[in-house]
Amino acid sequence: MTATRGSGQTRQRVARAAIILLIGGYLLLPMFAMLDFSTRGPGGSRTLDSFIAIGSNRDLLEGIFNSLATAGLTVMGMLLLLVPTMTWTIVRVPRMRRVVEFLCLLPLAIPAIVLVVGIAPVYRGVTFLFGGSALTLVFIDIILVLPFAYRALDGALRSIDVATLADAGRSLGASWPRVIRQIIVPNIRPGILSASVLAVALVLGEFTISSLLNFDTLQVTINLIGKRDAFISVAVCLAALTFAFVLIYAIAAFGSADQRRRQVAKEDE
Amino acid sequence: MDAVAPAAPDRSDTGASSGGTGARGSRHLGDYAGVVPFFVYIGLFLLLPTLIVVVGAFQANDGSPTLSNVESVLTEQAFLAAFGRSIWLSVVTALLGAVLGGLLAWAVASGDPNGRLRPIIVAASGVLAQFGGVMLAFAFLATFGFNGLVTLLLRDSLGVDPQESAGWLYGMNGLAVVYTYFQIPLMLIVFLPAFDALRREWRDASESLGGSSWTYWRHIAGPILAPSFLGALLLLFANALSAYATAAALISQGSPIVPLQISTALTSEVVLGQANVGKALALAMILVVAVVMTLYALIQRRASRWAK
Amino acid sequence: MQTKRSRVVLVAVAAFAVIVAGCGALGGGGSDAAATATTAEGMGGMTALEEAAKAEGKLNVIALPRDWANYGEILDAFSAKYGITIDEQQPDANSQQEIDAANSTKGTDRAPDVFDLGANVALANTTLFAPYQVGAWADIPDNLKEASGLWYSDYAGFMSIGCDAAKVALPATVADLLKPEYKGMIALNGDPTKAAAGFHGVVMAALANGGSADDITAGIDFFKQLNDAGNLLPVDPTPATIASGQTPCVIDWEYNNAAQANDTNAAAGIDWQIAIPTDAPPVASYYIQAINKDAPNPAAARLWEEFLYSADGQNGWLRGFARPILQEKLVADGTIDTEALGKLAEASAAPVVLTQDQLTAGQDLLTGNWTITIE
Repeated sequence: MTATRGSGQTRQRVARAAIILLIGGYLLLPMFAMLDFSTRGPGGSRTLDSFIAIGSNRDLLEGIFNSLATAGLTVMGMLLLLVPTMTWTIVRVPRMRRVVEFLCLLPLAIPAIVLVVGIAPVYRGVTFLFGGSALTLVFIDIILVLPFAYRALDGALRSIDVATLADAGRSLGASWPRVIRQIIVPNIRPGILSASVLAVALVLGEFTISSLLNFDTLQVTINLIGKRDAFISVAVCLAALTFAFVLIYAIAAFGSADQRRRQVAKEDE
Repeated sequence: MDAVAPAAPDRSDTGASSGGTGARGSRHLGDYAGVVPFFVYIGLFLLLPTLIVVVGAFQANDGSPTLSNVESVLTEQAFLAAFGRSIWLSVVTALLGAVLGGLLAWAVASGDPNGRLRPIIVAASGVLAQFGGVMLAFAFLATFGFNGLVTLLLRDSLGVDPQESAGWLYGMNGLAVVYTYFQIPLMLIVFLPAFDALRREWRDASESLGGSSWTYWRHIAGPILAPSFLGALLLLFANALSAYATAAALISQGSPIVPLQISTALTSEVVLGQANVGKALALAMILVVAVVMTLYALIQRRASRWAK
Repeated sequence: MQTKRSRVVLVAVAAFAVIVAGCGALGGGGSDAAATATTAEGMGGMTALEEAAKAEGKLNVIALPRDWANYGEILDAFSAKYGITIDEQQPDANSQQEIDAANSTKGTDRAPDVFDLGANVALANTTLFAPYQVGAWADIPDNLKEASGLWYSDYAGFMSIGCDAAKVALPATVADLLKPEYKGMIALNGDPTKAAAGFHGVVMAALANGGSADDITAGIDFFKQLNDAGNLLPVDPTPATIASGQTPCVIDWEYNNAAQANDTNAAAGIDWQIAIPTDAPPVASYYIQAINKDAPNPAAARLWEEFLYSADGQNGWLRGFARPILQEKLVADGTIDTEALGKLAEASAAPVVLTQDQLTAGQDLLTGNWTITIE
């Protein structure tokens, strides 16, 4: 019995390693290719010129700023919209929870390419009220983020007893904003982090709506620059992907470290 | 004390209220006030645009009602062919992505949950799954394009002419390869949590009863994972069907798939006045994706029963 | 603790609103006099127009790539001469996207002031234009302008074939393109169902293969042959693809191809040459100028048009290998840039310009057939 399990485990370990190497390798191949492509210099040399050129390309910097600013605004807006609403549905109107869930998952069923077709008249109103900057994309980016953010926040909210916490806070005289801010939010921090990270990744990678509404976000600019200079655009792609990876990994690591710290603290009680 | 006093009806979610346990089961209209901002937002930025698309699909350019847009979508060869290609592409890449991503998920799940490899792969998958098609298109151009790494390697080592070896990337085959590339990480993210529901004890029990690895997979793990796998497959299908950015960045001649047909209808400077036909195409897309997502939601609900 | 938190939240919400709102100011048209003037005299003369434009200080243009018909030089010259800052929006937009941008930014100070459109898009959107007749109005042919000044042609180009002579011989005719030495080399600028340049490439192929301006089926068949032979590349030709050698042959407007015969490419060893094929009459298309009715800088818009139709503007286009509308007048006045004129290829026959009906017929034909053709 032990012998079978031992060889079974080795077989499993070999299979695991093979799969991770092959599939992981396939996923990494384009990354290496991008590194190779963006560091090509004249005559076969290696150079970081393409990366350095990013800093002096006004269009690129504008695209980067627009996307980062929109991402930040989207995170704020998404949290402002979802956390109070989801808390409220759990505590006060549980029957609305299904409806809210359905509405939050609806954007998955309405592809961005379809949404942009119908959003033009709405955006005329938005432009009238808020001007024509690319940051007005935040309104529709929040919609795009909803399915992923909802799932992350819902998972976190289910892991704590929201109703009891809220009731406790209310019975001690706290107002609703205070309950949400000081009781709910600290307890769902992992979910908030996860939702925020997903939102940032999505906004930085968003192309369809920005392009068809003619806003200069990061992806639109990369596409445009690619027509003039392929090297710089590949360099930006690589930089953006690396940035996003580091961000996601760091926040995930911070989140789990935070979780571990709080678990230890709980055990110490 | 609060449970005895009747809950005062709320007019807003920020107003002071006696709150407390009594309010939880309340059906006062005021309770719904808390979700009003959410509904207004969704109504304005999601439901209204969808309505505009649906209504526009049945309007002629001067606003009068007509079935001609829907008719041309359902009968014109170019559109039907585009739907065919879109569905073929989505099915193929969903299957490939599901199988390869599923294998990768298994490999990651059967490793050390607290090890360093898992968060790295999950983070990388998060990035690759979310990141725009434009970036991946450029990544593949850098790999398999005319001046790509692999193309040049083939040229230098095997003498293969780049003009011959690189053209496939810019057509449907290239699209399929790039789509599969971002389906795999998406599959990982969606399917990995399902593995966490498999308990170690079940495997041990199966083996202690004399079952082989195959028995375990066929009778225990398989049926448990099946709903999640199917659900993920549907999600991948919907994802590929609606993808636009990759195709826009790679394909420049012809509009072989439906999202490209929609954008041509909207932005072409040669064929004018087709905006409502674009809306009819969009309506068709909504219907197909809606069916798929409903199936997905149903399967998810079943799968979540096993996760407890 | 509580006050600090609530303050942070308030600041965040306020910042949210301010950032989004403040990043795009609401704006409207400039002086009313400029917005309704239909000639320079209506403004009180050229000097008054210049003063009003300088007071506005800004001009919004859209869809003007710097290497398209030498727009880069023209934009810089205008900016330097009058001290007006030009906001160059969306250089790669097509004509329909120009109109969409005008509609979506209507009433803001980001709206485009002027348009440079393809003929069919211009004709379909005249309600967006403000009538204005430039000083040289009388010299623009009647059939190439709208009587009250809503739109007027600016320049034209012939459909051409550009090739890297260092890689492959320059073809003299459309039929040459089918030769095996062009395998995997030929790119068409734009999808014919989406972009005017691509469309007119198909028209050129039609005229060379027994088709006519009324029926471009022969052109579609030619491209099918080209694709089946493996000569047609499914790649969008851009300065980047030409510089990297990916698209050694490009079918595009003469002025676009000519712009690629520049120093950067020469230094990289690319000998870019242009030919107007001899087995078909030259296919030409006039682009069209118009002023936005809701232009945020109406005086600057009108001054820009005056500049374009002066010798400076027209010669600017000429140096970009486009054929300016006032070419004959400049030759007669002696103000033409003779060196640039000498570099333009001779037209072998009378150029063919498609009428609106022919354009529509061609578009209808393409919509159903193009995707199948290049599969």
